[in-house]
Amino acid sequence: MRLGSLAAALAGVALSAMAAFAQQPIKPAVVYDKGGKFDKSFNEGVFAGAERFRTETGVAFRDFEPNNDAQIEQALRRFARDGNSPIIAVGFSQATALQKVAAEFPDLKFTIIDMVVDLPNVQSIVFKEHEGSYLVGLLGAMASKTGKLGFVGGMDIPLIRKFACGYVQGIKAARPDAEIFQNMTGSTPAAWADPVKGGELAKSQIDRGADVIYHAAGGTGIGVLRAAADAGRLGIGVDSNQNALHPGKILTSMLKRVDIAAYNSFKAAQDGSWKPGLSVLGLKEGGVDWALDDDNKALITPEMKAAADKAKADIIAGRIQVHDYMSDQKCTM
Amino acid sequence: MSAAPVALPRWADNALVPLVSAAAALLVAGLVVVGIGENPLEATALLLRGALGSAEGIGFTLYYATNFIFTGLAVAVAFHAGLFNIGGEGQATIAGIGAALACAALSAMPGFLSAAGFLAAPVAILAAAAGGAAYAFIPGWLQAKRGSHVVITTIMLNFVAAALAVYLLREIIGRTGSMQPETPDFPAQVLLTPMHRLLAPLGVRLPATPLNTAFLLALLALVAVWLLIWRTRLGYAIRTVGANPRAAAYAGISPAAVTMIAMAISGALAGGLAVNEALGVQHRLVLDFTAGYGFVGIAVALMGRGHPVGVGLAALLFGVLYQGGAELSFDKPTITRDMVVVIGGVLILFAGALDGLFRKLVAGVLGRGGMG
Repeated sequence: MRLGSLAAALAGVALSAMAAFAQQPIKPAVVYDKGGKFDKSFNEGVFAGAERFRTETGVAFRDFEPNNDAQIEQALRRFARDGNSPIIAVGFSQATALQKVAAEFPDLKFTIIDMVVDLPNVQSIVFKEHEGSYLVGLLGAMASKTGKLGFVGGMDIPLIRKFACGYVQGIKAARPDAEIFQNMTGSTPAAWADPVKGGELAKSQIDRGADVIYHAAGGTGIGVLRAAADAGRLGIGVDSNQNALHPGKILTSMLKRVDIAAYNSFKAAQDGSWKPGLSVLGLKEGGVDWALDDDNKALITPEMKAAADKAKADIIAGRIQVHDYMSDQKCTM
Repeated sequence: MSAAPVALPRWADNALVPLVSAAAALLVAGLVVVGIGENPLEATALLLRGALGSAEGIGFTLYYATNFIFTGLAVAVAFHAGLFNIGGEGQATIAGIGAALACAALSAMPGFLSAAGFLAAPVAILAAAAGGAAYAFIPGWLQAKRGSHVVITTIMLNFVAAALAVYLLREIIGRTGSMQPETPDFPAQVLLTPMHRLLAPLGVRLPATPLNTAFLLALLALVAVWLLIWRTRLGYAIRTVGANPRAAAYAGISPAAVTMIAMAISGALAGGLAVNEALGVQHRLVLDFTAGYGFVGIAVALMGRGHPVGVGLAALLFGVLYQGGAELSFDKPTITRDMVVVIGGVLILFAGALDGLFRKLVAGVLGRGGMG
């Protein structure tokens, strides 16, 4: 009798444990890049994803904007000690700090965006920006009247050259004779937040005949898009959907769905399906894409849409291989 | 420092005026906090508890204070010679490059590292000091020989140093294939010991913080600067040139030589920032590691009246503000890091720019007449 009731009690415990397992209480947290939470681009995308999770599930998250490198590690450790999990580290500059902290707290879950940290409790999310850039390059080449296109990058790092390389490949696929002007804003992190210089670079490209300009420059890109819109040319946005910044003057935006990455990481932790390891999000996974909405539908002709859709299907099926600059630090075609 | 218009007793000048400025700054900062709908008393309590309420908080506070002691002393030494060195950032950057080059050279000599590893850290520290000194010597020389004002040259050289650091970290000494402009990790022998590991054999268990032996160096530097300025011939020459270069020349002191020497010493002290950050904490040279500490050093020196004791206390205050501010924005999402910058900015404004206001006020209260 006793045994029986014990077994029943145990079964009850197990059942409630399983119910709890299905919907685990989580305490998520985000540590942003030094660029800050509201950069209209990369960090803000993560914030948007975390916010969406909060409004849908009612689970609050904590976040922190570090001012210096010491604070990155401090923030990660502080969140970890408070039992926060999963903790999202935004940006490649957090890798060294995360390496240390994640090893100290093997029971907690960590997610890093844009970088790979190889530890059993870390999920590394990187994107195939070259695939999305290929599509916007293709669209840009078809929209261009002069056959001259521009690219303005932020800080000159391999990641941004990867954007440029994908863009060039897309342009050349549609118009092998196209001329492309490429400029990087700078080689320090300040290059992410210099809209004035971004605007000047765009103007000089426009003076040389460019009529479509793509930026991968964070806050600097705001100036690029404005310069293009003011001159009556077309800009191409990046990371978030920036079409609405200058409706009708922005051809499209290359979407890098960091918001989905953040949302999914929280969501997976909540329903127990969170897995460590590397995940590479490309066109196939919905991690990158191009934006089509009310603001730019007049600019995208049916032929352009058909061509972009075909290229997208071809890339997903592997019929088109977009070269990844970071695989060999070269942009060969 | 600018000639004091109001004569005050020493204790009032050295202690009362800074205290009144700090109190006024806290009051204004409190009003800002009220403005965003938070309780300023609670915020102050959180800030203080975050900075001084735990061993970890104290560790971080002292780590920040280490940076401020070095940059504050750098500005203070130049002040005594009548020079306004605002190039601490650039000097620290070049000091970091000096340390990184020394580390690269040492890495190429594994035999030396294994045989005489204990010499590696001093070599790297001296390389940092030499880098900072050399880079401050340039504006010193330009001032002494060409009459180019140090305020202009030092701030412009900050940009030159930043550009040079970018070039070197990207093209020459940087880690290949890295997104971040940074050097490879330094060899273990040059690294400064973290405090929690240094004290562990003595049975003192401390949480891991960035606080390292550079803090002890900073305390030594405080004493050394006091000795230099008030107990040596050179210090006397520096103070004389600062008070009146023409009188100094008449007394047989060469203002040109003193200017160059004082700037070099100032730059070497600014190099301490690189020692703490690169050799003590990050263990590699990262671009922009100076993070504005060089500029805060100006406020530290002003608040500290150019005296090592004052610099030490002001550095501690800013350390509390940095660490407590970070803790505050952890706990209070409405108080963002920008708010913390505002609070620090108010403090700098009151301690530096509005200093004269409080001097007059204090003088009035003390009945010494503020007409001067």
